[in-house]
Amino acid sequence: MNESIQVIISTLPFILKGTFVTLRLVLSALAVGFVLGLLLAIGQVYGKKILARAISLYIWFFRGLPNLVLLFLFYFGLFPLLGLDVSAFTIAVIALGLRSSAYQSQIFRGSIQSLGSGQMMAARSLGMTNIQAILNIILPQALRISIPGWSNEYPILLTDSAVTYAIGVMEILTRGSLVVSRTYQPMPIYLTCTVIFILLNYGGMKILHILEDKYRIPGFGNMEM
Amino acid sequence: MKDNIILRVEDIHKKYGKTEVLSGISFEVRKGDTKVFIGSSGTGKSTLLRCINQLTVPDSGKIWLHGEEVTHSQKSINYFRQRIGMVFQNFNLFDHLTAVKNVEIALIKVKKLNKKQAREKAMEELVRVGLKEQADLYPAELSGGQAQRVSIARALAMEPDIMLFDEPTSALDPELTGEVLAVMKDLSRNGMTMLVVTHEMGFACSVANEIIFMEKGKILESGPPSKLIREPRFERTKQFLCKLGELYGDIGR
Amino acid sequence: MIDMIFLSDVLLPPLLEGLVVTLKLIACSIPFGLLTGILISTGRVYGNPAVSFLCKTYVIIFKGTPLLMLLFLIYFGLPSIGISLSPFIAAVTGFIICNGAYNSEYIRGAIQSVKSGQMVAALALGMTKRQAIINIVLPQALIRAIPGVSNEIIYLIKYSSLAYMLTCIELTGAGKIVASRYFRFTIVFLIVGLIYLFLVTIAGKLLTMLEKKFAVPGLIK
Repeated sequence: MNESIQVIISTLPFILKGTFVTLRLVLSALAVGFVLGLLLAIGQVYGKKILARAISLYIWFFRGLPNLVLLFLFYFGLFPLLGLDVSAFTIAVIALGLRSSAYQSQIFRGSIQSLGSGQMMAARSLGMTNIQAILNIILPQALRISIPGWSNEYPILLTDSAVTYAIGVMEILTRGSLVVSRTYQPMPIYLTCTVIFILLNYGGMKILHILEDKYRIPGFGNMEM
Repeated sequence: MKDNIILRVEDIHKKYGKTEVLSGISFEVRKGDTKVFIGSSGTGKSTLLRCINQLTVPDSGKIWLHGEEVTHSQKSINYFRQRIGMVFQNFNLFDHLTAVKNVEIALIKVKKLNKKQAREKAMEELVRVGLKEQADLYPAELSGGQAQRVSIARALAMEPDIMLFDEPTSALDPELTGEVLAVMKDLSRNGMTMLVVTHEMGFACSVANEIIFMEKGKILESGPPSKLIREPRFERTKQFLCKLGELYGDIGR
Repeated sequence: MIDMIFLSDVLLPPLLEGLVVTLKLIACSIPFGLLTGILISTGRVYGNPAVSFLCKTYVIIFKGTPLLMLLFLIYFGLPSIGISLSPFIAAVTGFIICNGAYNSEYIRGAIQSVKSGQMVAALALGMTKRQAIINIVLPQALIRAIPGVSNEIIYLIKYSSLAYMLTCIELTGAGKIVASRYFRFTIVFLIVGLIYLFLVTIAGKLLTMLEKKFAVPGLIK
């Protein structure tokens, strides 16, 4: 037992450094997913039929592929094929970000559509162009409605970040495994990693809930309660 | 005389937080009686009914069903609940079951009848309330009046000694109350022992043998319809009856 | 570039073997994952305070832990306290635990959405609480939970690929092995990906059919 605690204490700094990597990974992928997801949602709702169809195909592809396969495809296949010499971390951000964008686009699309066509009609009738209407009227509302559904992506990406172990990203699980292969103490080390993940998960959710409460539009969408 | 008394309620008290909703209710119900409880909202009428089948447990007081004590019994409450039928304001039909299955299910699970017997009995009851054609419809497909009649059939199928009706028509559109009241009048005339909480004075006057007026958790006065309505003893009773008359029209018949 | 002989003779057989393993993993995990979800959610809503607390803790722990982390704990960690599981069993155990946690949240939401009057009416007819839960509340809750649980089944199909990290050679693992040997990563993983897409799409259609079959008028809000 003492030995276990010794091992945990001595390797903790190394594992904790992985927390930063994990967070950077998650937040970067979240950002990529956000920007891309928003564009895709706008494209699906307001774009021409062909664009909407293409986007649906993209979404079908990235929602149906397992993370592991996507990571392998990019890391071992596509990127070397295209001659791109890029770090595992960057590939992970791209892969997870693209996947997240597929899910996030659905959330944003739902929010935009739930606003009803009345908002757009009113904006156009005041003389705004499509783009002005989208930027000034639709998006501010849609984004705020999306926060609950969107904040679900955080725990999902956190779980996905662990899978990047498979391509060697030095996040929490990878570091934990390295330590285990050196010290032969799998139980205490992996338990420690688990605790770190749980804390990151619930800490993050707490922050997101505060954000959610702060930006909720009064009178809107309180149906889930 | 003793074996004629189906239900005896003695000194029931019930508090919710600081409010005493029932402050010492006592009465007796004989076989074949139809007693109607009236009074403003919040005077504990529904709570009283729920105390009788222990859906709400009274703070103090005793209740006897056919001479057996319900309140501090060794027997499982389910034994008593099988013999007390309850009809709710919001019907509470089981949404995932068709009408006939709603009536059957307790027969199968509680009374342990086999499927064939349960189905026969259930259809019998549905015919009795006039809903043979609606047997295979789901609650969402029934009108309010039909739904309430199914819920009466469901309670009757258990062959209870006494039926409790908790504002059975309050949630119905006015055109639909008639069909439910007709079923209830029929039941009463055929000898069912019934306790009914309602505002429907027309019903009360035609079938009740006693109207009980409750105020602030107590029974203020009671008596046969003819007497209570024409010569109420208390001012408060008179006020209430007048109000009802204003809202629901002529009540004296 | 796309070498047909490679595809049919070298790639396809191992992929099919891997696919069989994947299907076995999924077939074992889905029913028990559902059962776990039902038990945990019922325990949380209807159990005594101690049971309810345990169930709540279960959900917090296993929803907050990445699946791969859980798999590592089970496969690499447990042997050190005497429990050695095969890669397949370890993977299935992890899937059931994790899937059960997510299922329980959907089912719990569904249970809480069943009108309270249903329980009251059941009790008034003389049913025990247990009878009321099993015959009246759960059937309605499960019908309402179908979309959520279906979602989790789709996730399960995709996450079955993680079994490879425990050296269980399912579809993804089979693909990686062939790809590594012949340096044909892109085409192999594209094909593996397409097979998963196919599985997920078929499952989606089947589950939608299931949802329609169990639909009761007026039950889905």
